[in-house]
Amino acid sequence: MIEEPELAPESFSAVNAMVEAVEVHKSYGRLDVLKGISLKVMPRDVMCLIGPSGSGKSTFLRCINHLEKINAGRLSVDGELVGYRERGGRLHELHEKEVARQRTEIGMVFQRFNLFPHMTALENIIEAPVRVKGEAKDQARQHANELLEKVGLSDKATAYPNQLSGGQQQRVAIARALAMRPKLMLFDEPTSALDPELVGDVLAVMRQLADDGMTMIVVTHEMGFAREVGDSLIFMDDGIVVESGNPREVLANPRHERTRLFLSKVL
Amino acid sequence: MTEQEVEAPARPEAIRAVPVRHPGRWVAVAVIAVLVAMLAHNLAVNTRWQGWVINQYLFNNSVLHGVLATLWLTVVAMAVGVVGGIVLAVMRLSDNPVVSSSAWVYIWFFRGTPVLVQLIFWFNIGALFPTLSLGLPFGPGFHTWSTNSLITPFLASVLGLGLNEAAYMSEIVRAGILSVDEGQTEAASALGMRRLLIMRRVVLPQAMRVIIPPTGNETISMLKTTSLVSFTGGFELLVSVQRIYNANYKIIPLLVVASIWYLLVTSILTVGQYYLERYFARGSARQLPPTPPQKLLAFYQRYVRATRRQRPVIPESTAGGGL
Repeated sequence: MIEEPELAPESFSAVNAMVEAVEVHKSYGRLDVLKGISLKVMPRDVMCLIGPSGSGKSTFLRCINHLEKINAGRLSVDGELVGYRERGGRLHELHEKEVARQRTEIGMVFQRFNLFPHMTALENIIEAPVRVKGEAKDQARQHANELLEKVGLSDKATAYPNQLSGGQQQRVAIARALAMRPKLMLFDEPTSALDPELVGDVLAVMRQLADDGMTMIVVTHEMGFAREVGDSLIFMDDGIVVESGNPREVLANPRHERTRLFLSKVL
Repeated sequence: MTEQEVEAPARPEAIRAVPVRHPGRWVAVAVIAVLVAMLAHNLAVNTRWQGWVINQYLFNNSVLHGVLATLWLTVVAMAVGVVGGIVLAVMRLSDNPVVSSSAWVYIWFFRGTPVLVQLIFWFNIGALFPTLSLGLPFGPGFHTWSTNSLITPFLASVLGLGLNEAAYMSEIVRAGILSVDEGQTEAASALGMRRLLIMRRVVLPQAMRVIIPPTGNETISMLKTTSLVSFTGGFELLVSVQRIYNANYKIIPLLVVASIWYLLVTSILTVGQYYLERYFARGSARQLPPTPPQKLLAFYQRYVRATRRQRPVIPESTAGGGL
């Protein structure tokens, strides 16, 4: 069992959004990648982000845990601005230490897994709880073993990443993110680098996680997953939100021509 | 293979082709054999090698002192070089332009001047600063030392060799750090790890695979570069044999003695590097190849098994012997 995400005391009212973006802009030099993204993700919701490559969906995801800095707008997680603090009507950049503290509460899973290759699966999972949160090693190990069992890999604790298949690596990566007991999980195309027959195992773990009530934002090309697991669906193109709504409705009856065009190519 | 499936076709006879002939190899063997024979003959006949002198001095006390001094100097200078190199590499990769360009200037200077010149400089530092004092910048000093008593010949050697080495090591370390996929840093940051922790726990251990082979090179090179301090008043192996041959004029045999020691230590370092590389290769290969001792042991065990199997049943072939 994965524990219920621990809600911070100030968010006792369940109507507060877990993630709130208001007019988020991001540019690299003169290239505008995000041109005003506004959206809300409620606690325990699963939001799927779809769109053609280059549409800015991965960039937006990376802004949520401040791997990318936004240039304009406001982005907050659980009521707290990401990467900044507002004081006296001005934004102040947060110190590295505080950004790191914010990130401990946001789990992230990458397309290319990014497991630490010189550590076993178990060492990968306990690294951050022990070194960042100062958890006792025994306790962290026990939690790690529970998580490995949860993702169906309890026999792989001592395996190094390159002794595992892509699907197994991605499940270890999910366990590694969960070990920090995050209140939000970000998935950046978690199945795009996998062989087709391995995708199902990873999606099953994510579905289980959603059923357990984790708040999730998933950038994906798996329309089936979006339809069955997602509470909301966002279609992004060229740095803006083109269409959003209930996944079943959007996928069945897209209102916009661009959405229709995209879906006709991927479905 | 499950039932109902197509059976694999029967395997055809193994290919037994006539191998390509390599007459060039036999020519090479002949030439090299003649050269080796000439060398062996010369060693046996030419009394000027003075083999007995080599024997006499190989374990001579002052030679052994020289070996120890060389080892100690190598270790300390390399330690300064490695630590300095890591600091400089991290500085060069820093976002702070002042810090990164200071590292660049350091590397530019210490790589750009000969190490012998630097050594001579450190030995003569007293000419530039007769006294050194601890105190406030531009202010009064709390305590003052004479430079010549503080910078001993050993310390001058360490400074000259170590600071020069740091410049080279920093480029090796930087190459190692750059070789680690950026996704590693991102994943670690996403877990809430901070920069120094990421460097220590995630990036450097992976960078070691790239850093160690050239560092082994540098260590072996350093072992021999220490002989430069014989020009500047330091003490090490070459100085100790020089002192002996300056007294007895047996130059060649004593140089052979020194060379034997250099070769021996280099060989030991090579073995050390091999095992260090294996340690940092963990997680990179599905299965590490066996070490030479493991290979020897496996060979011996196979030999024992093969002979045991042969004894009772005489005509049976040695299946699985595979020599």
